[in-house]
Amino acid sequence: MKALILTLALVTASPALALDGLRATGDLGVVIERATGSVLIVDRSDRAAIGRIDGLGDLSHAALTYSPDERFAYVFGRDGGLTKIDILAQKIVKRIVQGGNSIGGAISDDGRLVAVSNYEPGGVKVFDAETLEQIADIPAGAKTIGLVDVPGRRFAWTTWETGEAFLADFSGPEMVVNKLGDVGKNPFDAVLTEDAHTYLIGLFGEKGVTAIDLWDEVPKPVRFLQDYGKTEDDLPVYKMPHLQGWAFTEGQYVLPAVGRHELLWVDSESLEEVARTPVHGQPVFIVEQPASPYVWVNFATPLNDTVQVVDSRTHEVVQTLTPGAAVLHMEFAPRGAEVWISARDDNTVAIYDTRTFERVGEIAAESPSGIFFTARAHRTGL
Amino acid sequence: MRSLAALLLLTLPAMAEVGPERAATLEHMLIQDCGSCHGLTMRGGLGSPLTPDALAHAEPDGLALIILDGVPGTAMPSWRPVLSEADALWIANYLKEGAE
Repeated sequence: MKALILTLALVTASPALALDGLRATGDLGVVIERATGSVLIVDRSDRAAIGRIDGLGDLSHAALTYSPDERFAYVFGRDGGLTKIDILAQKIVKRIVQGGNSIGGAISDDGRLVAVSNYEPGGVKVFDAETLEQIADIPAGAKTIGLVDVPGRRFAWTTWETGEAFLADFSGPEMVVNKLGDVGKNPFDAVLTEDAHTYLIGLFGEKGVTAIDLWDEVPKPVRFLQDYGKTEDDLPVYKMPHLQGWAFTEGQYVLPAVGRHELLWVDSESLEEVARTPVHGQPVFIVEQPASPYVWVNFATPLNDTVQVVDSRTHEVVQTLTPGAAVLHMEFAPRGAEVWISARDDNTVAIYDTRTFERVGEIAAESPSGIFFTARAHRTGL
Repeated sequence: MRSLAALLLLTLPAMAEVGPERAATLEHMLIQDCGSCHGLTMRGGLGSPLTPDALAHAEPDGLALIILDGVPGTAMPSWRPVLSEADALWIANYLKEGAE
């Protein structure tokens, strides 16, 4: 029945394709449906789903990145699948299974190379963005995490078991891979600041955060926030925080405490902790609302029906919302007017006005997880 | 001492203590939340594979204890605040048998 309603919604919600048959993609997006191996194509302006693509494999953990023209998305799935989809034609262009178990990927700044990080067999593989033909295979002997694109046809990543960071440079005729250094025990995720200046790595196996200055002639790991991280006495972590959401606002980094129901605020110059904010649960994503002083936070199971909004000036929670059961992800309209929130167990994507906090719309989706708007095509580090 | 007490409790026939409604909740939780690390199909991710093959030599009681207490030094948390011993044993048996 739900499928029927969705089908009807899809039929009625595609007038934008009308008239001359032309269609732009600037207000489109993709929602991962994790249990069914499908994705929804959504229209941000119409607040509607306009299509669905099936057959993307195991999407229990999935990420995607966009081509520079915002027409194609590369979806990285748990089963090692790399699927290139055409969001205008709403179909799979090509799908390969390039590994046993992948965790994420990134596209080079020129849009020509797509890199995938793998848990199994580990390492990183790089593909031609047009054809998905393999260009490079860089074994690591470990699970890779925190793969980001770095300007100049480069990619950086980190290894979970061995705690090393690497930088691969594809700007010349031959690929050059350099080790950036040893970063600490069991790094769980890493992220690049928007100015591509600092590669930040969160550790699970020991205390501290590692920063690598990629503008430096000889980048090297620097440890800070020495008491950041999990200890035996801390609360259990039911879902690994994601650092792609680490927000950078008001000259601060905002980090999810690991094993504590807190946000940590760190001065991005001095790397000293400036404040802590008690929050509802173990933070998973902390995302800055564009063009505002606010960050939005969601939480790990079993406290995952709630989203909180925190003011980066006062470090205080200013709003608490309960968008639905099992909130997994939040994605902002590029200028911040709306936030789309996936509520997996309600099979809903809820849309909120970020000024009034009013629920202004919702879209039916099967076990939705990640929401990705096409504006991501133009952001570094994704 | 706590683990010993847990072990004693777990030797009770716990399967009977999980009703059909709770079982449905646990199955959903296993696929969705455990699946975050172990994969929706339990073939592994950051966490180990939990397929019947991978668990062939594991005892349900032992698995239940791992679920309840976690594995120190790894990302596997203690689920004791969320799950009862009967819940954990139900999940252990479910994994051993394999989801359909």
